[in-house]
Amino acid sequence: MAILSMLSIPLLSACLFAVWGDRPWVPRVNAFATFLLFVSSLFLAGEVVQEHRVFALYGQLFSDPLNIIFVILTGLISTTTAIYSVGYIRFEMERGQFGAGRLRLYHSMFQMVVFSMLLGLLSDNLGLLWVALETATLSNAFLISIYRTPKSIEAAWKYFVLLGVGIAQAFFGLILLYFAAERELGPGGNALLWTQLDLVKTHLNPMVLSLSFIFFFVGLGTKVGLVPLHGWLPDAHAEGPTPASAILSGLLLNVALYSILRIKVLADAAIKWPMAGDILLVFGFLTVVVAVFSLWKRNDVKRLFSYSSIEHMGIAAIGFGIGGEAATLAALLHLTFHSLTKSSLFFLVGTASQWCKTQKIAEIRGILVHSPFWGLSLIVAGCAILGVPPFGLFASEFLLFKALIHTNPWLAVVLMVCLAVAFGVILKRVLEMVSGENAPPGPVPSLSRAPVLIHLVLVAVLGVGIPSFIWNWYQGTAHYLLGSL
Amino acid sequence: MPHPLEQSLIALLGGLLLLTVFAMLSIRRIFSMIRIFVLQGLILSASTFIVGLVSGEKHLLFQAFITFILKVVVLPVLLFRLIHRLRLRGDVEVVLNVPVTMVTGIFVVIFSYAVASPLSQMAMTISRGLIGVGLATVLLSFLVILTRRKAVTQVLGLLSLENGLLFSATNATYGMPMIVELGVALDVLVGTLLFGVFFFQIRESFEKLDLERLERTWED
Repeated sequence: MAILSMLSIPLLSACLFAVWGDRPWVPRVNAFATFLLFVSSLFLAGEVVQEHRVFALYGQLFSDPLNIIFVILTGLISTTTAIYSVGYIRFEMERGQFGAGRLRLYHSMFQMVVFSMLLGLLSDNLGLLWVALETATLSNAFLISIYRTPKSIEAAWKYFVLLGVGIAQAFFGLILLYFAAERELGPGGNALLWTQLDLVKTHLNPMVLSLSFIFFFVGLGTKVGLVPLHGWLPDAHAEGPTPASAILSGLLLNVALYSILRIKVLADAAIKWPMAGDILLVFGFLTVVVAVFSLWKRNDVKRLFSYSSIEHMGIAAIGFGIGGEAATLAALLHLTFHSLTKSSLFFLVGTASQWCKTQKIAEIRGILVHSPFWGLSLIVAGCAILGVPPFGLFASEFLLFKALIHTNPWLAVVLMVCLAVAFGVILKRVLEMVSGENAPPGPVPSLSRAPVLIHLVLVAVLGVGIPSFIWNWYQGTAHYLLGSL
Repeated sequence: MPHPLEQSLIALLGGLLLLTVFAMLSIRRIFSMIRIFVLQGLILSASTFIVGLVSGEKHLLFQAFITFILKVVVLPVLLFRLIHRLRLRGDVEVVLNVPVTMVTGIFVVIFSYAVASPLSQMAMTISRGLIGVGLATVLLSFLVILTRRKAVTQVLGLLSLENGLLFSATNATYGMPMIVELGVALDVLVGTLLFGVFFFQIRESFEKLDLERLERTWED
């Protein structure tokens, strides 16, 4: 029940907003709908704790200890983003950026992105997962191009074509997977159900599965933003509206990495040597190195933090690539903390660039003078994203280093250097933006403080001490992910 | 071999499919490229239909029907109308280095066959020899997207990529489960409507659907 209600809330809201999305009550209803979603995700979590796996819609949809983490995260962050979006949209309307048609499109597509992410996370059928990812791409392309500026249209176009090509590669991987699964499970819909594949995964043909994983990796890796297929990511973040950037960085990248994990579980068992892990490790490192050195010379603030998202996705990929319970646990925690921290950062810099009417770092000054809350939060969030203790990312990066030193000590040194470079660049930029005298005009949206505060407090509290039930839960999930090896 | 005639027919259609992608790589006129795309849809639905008849898989017949409606009727009508409204009918695109692209294409085909040959040996379908053609179509369409600069031609590359995927699925496993096929068809339709919206927006902002000129507007 919880699964179906979770999917119907955003789908119905998307239809509703497509017609009435320009009414004054819509931003608040939008936030309320996502809040309902968050509440039902908690109910679903209760069911998963009791029954381990919950199925719906004739077994096409399911929830298990792995996807429930991402489902709750999606519920939470889409709620806070929708709350933030109330103030954001009001400001944009006062500036005359949005007409009635745009508002309908914006709210409808916002819910559509949330729906497709949830459908992807909750689908047991890997074919359905593919369809959901494609739907997310299409609806997100609408959000990115919403300002209709030449740059935003080009960014949306780039996003659309690159991800279209990528997702097509993933479909070839899906064909190969079905090809291997058909021998074990017989033709028909069941052969693509992950829970069924999980039962026979050691019998799947290793050659076909390794090919299939490579195609999946190329396709879904494009969506994660792994180097060398990351070109779309900074443009899409910088040119779209800020709530879309927060959702994209905080949630959509996770969904794509989650999909790679699902395939990796099958590939690992079938291939019998850690090919999938090695691929993730190599490309994870490449991603971190390229992303960190691209942080130099960024003069657009949203672009700067989108490169930081690429970097963190690389770090998580390294964690999953190392394998083993400790590293997998670290990577899962890393994804969670990164989502919370990065979306709050986008809220902060999004509003700051609304005040200053520019996204250029050189022209954003005096945030601390204008609003002490905003300036301090930006410093705190900036430190949090850099892995300064006591914030959550410090804990997950520390766990990751511990695992990495045991397996690949040299790579640990490289990673340390990369993190140090990122530290220097981002901290300098953040301090530049908060300091200065020329306080920009513009109101501080009172409602927007709540999302920032919620995220930062969560990251700080979880970083200081993770409650034992959450720790056990994540450890259980890491165990569940690797258990079948 | 129980169905020699059908098998050679399917093989012939596979060969024609490859030819259409090579044509897409080299053709200069956008209008002709859409015609090639229609031909490709026709070939794809015909080969799906024959495989469906021979294997007795009913959903393949249904899929052949959907492919025909979508790729031969709906999408071409949309694209032709778009071309007409944007007055791109006589437009010519400069295709750089056709010989180099062609030679690269030949290597792509050889590579695809090398990758697909172990799969072909394992497959149990009557058209298993053509998995390589499917993969080659996918990769060559990728090449089309890489070498083209105009929005319309890039979209045609994407659609041809999707044709290659469907062809591979039909020949390797007699198609994907129904729910996946329907989802894919829906996404392609929505995607094409999105192209339409984009075309007009790009047109409005840049006068010409030329992505090479767009790229120069970046400074970061």
